[in-house]
Amino acid sequence: MKLDASELIALLKGDSQADKVVPPSGYTATLTLFTSAAMAFLAVFALALSLATGRLADRWASELARSSTVRISAPAGQIDAQTRAALEVLRTTTGVASAKALSQEQQRKLLEPWFGPDLPIENLPVPQLIEVIEDSSGYDSDGLRLRLSAEAPGAVLDDHTRWRKPLIKAADRLRFLGVLSILLITFATGAMITLAANAALSANAQVISVLRLVGAHDAYIARAFVRRFTLRALSGALLGVVVGMIAVSFLPAASENGGFLTGLGFQGWHWLLPFVIPPLAALVAFWATRTAALRRLKELT
Amino acid sequence: MDWRRSIFLIVVAIETFSILMHNCLQFVKKGQYVIELQNVAYNYGGGELLSGISLKLAPGSFHFLTGPSGAGKSTFLKLCYMELAATSGRVQVFGKDVATMGRDEIARNRQRIGVVHQDCRFLDHLSIAANVALPIRVSGRDASAEEANLKDLLSWVGLEDRADALPAELSGGERQRAALARAVIMSPDVVLADEPTGNVDWEMSKRLISLLVELNKMGKTIMIATHDLNLIRTAKSQVNARVLRISNRHLQLAGADL
Repeated sequence: MKLDASELIALLKGDSQADKVVPPSGYTATLTLFTSAAMAFLAVFALALSLATGRLADRWASELARSSTVRISAPAGQIDAQTRAALEVLRTTTGVASAKALSQEQQRKLLEPWFGPDLPIENLPVPQLIEVIEDSSGYDSDGLRLRLSAEAPGAVLDDHTRWRKPLIKAADRLRFLGVLSILLITFATGAMITLAANAALSANAQVISVLRLVGAHDAYIARAFVRRFTLRALSGALLGVVVGMIAVSFLPAASENGGFLTGLGFQGWHWLLPFVIPPLAALVAFWATRTAALRRLKELT
Repeated sequence: MDWRRSIFLIVVAIETFSILMHNCLQFVKKGQYVIELQNVAYNYGGGELLSGISLKLAPGSFHFLTGPSGAGKSTFLKLCYMELAATSGRVQVFGKDVATMGRDEIARNRQRIGVVHQDCRFLDHLSIAANVALPIRVSGRDASAEEANLKDLLSWVGLEDRADALPAELSGGERQRAALARAVIMSPDVVLADEPTGNVDWEMSKRLISLLVELNKMGKTIMIATHDLNLIRTAKSQVNARVLRISNRHLQLAGADL
């Protein structure tokens, strides 16, 4: 790795002489540039995806874990009595910080997205909802269920774990897929650069053997190729990242009261993360070309 | 008076002898054969092309290598400049066994050996000047510092007007002279030439040979593979050259019949 570091520095300092030794390569250079740009573009989205799903999973986990709902479905005459009984039970339950029955207004608002604004909620057998906020220690949901069924037979406790778990699992899985995509893109970039470098090495076999003949060291010959591919990968990736970030910034932002949804884009300092991609692409190209070149040179005397 | 003359002659003889001995000892002490082959064989896979080859190239020597085409002259030279590794026996270059050299060491030693190929082997996208300066470039030295040197060298081979031409634009003779210039730009200890006059007319052949003779007089060790016996005769009138012949896989010292 130490050798690699000094090689990398020599490379960045540049040796225009060594560059000219290998003939210019025309359209294959453009192809490498394009592929690198495309890969970087995809990497930006994979990065955005894994960051966003990460945020999503965190938000769902924290918001939903702290609250649960008691739903009271009873014949119209009994609702109020059962609500009071349930509230009483909740008040005396350890681990419950607060419990509050939602007002007609609040319930209407919850239903609004599905039934429109002018729903005559009073005339419908809509169950009464009670919002329960836990304290940090939490409550024993099985015990609470038992007590509720005794005091208010129409009360159903929903502590959200039932649908929170698969949601978080899905978000985690999505984040994993995003990270996997970034890894795949990295390896695919390495593979692509290796193929391109091998093609260039084959096309320039004559040049390489002449260089070897006049006493060029392997490192010198390799550098001529490594420098090209590293610079191409770097500039291609830079282009791809910029285009990708512009595209991400034009994604519709999540609305304030959109609840669980989060913006798919980057937030805060995460906007800086995509700029890791071009140096990473350059590093991958450097390593891939160097390996390919040195392996090829070993076959020559 | 006679005894005085005898003593004088004896003294001179002793002095001459001691000087010779001294030189000889010096030579043995350094052990400096430029290239040394001991019982070397080479096998391409389909039987041996060369076998039982032993040769010591002393510094400043001039050798011709001859033999029918396909006898292995090029292979022999490739063994000398380490492009091929002997399948058996030992090749030493500048006193070091080639089999023990790493790739970078071989590259370093190649910088001390100038090779002229029959087909020149230029980089076709670079100018003649850049091609001639290529060994300097790849050795990591500053080519611009050697600008004057390069110019001298190009005028030595009569190509100062063609410096900016591409290899493809040159005639066969010009290409061979450029190849010679490239072979000597690093001021190597040895120049190995493989059929350097293969594609050029007689006048140009003579000119190339005289350039090589000139190099030899500057102390370079020269080995030229050729099947052109006229060329060898011409050179022998200018320099004390020995002729080696490859036949039936073996290397022999050719007689003085040439």
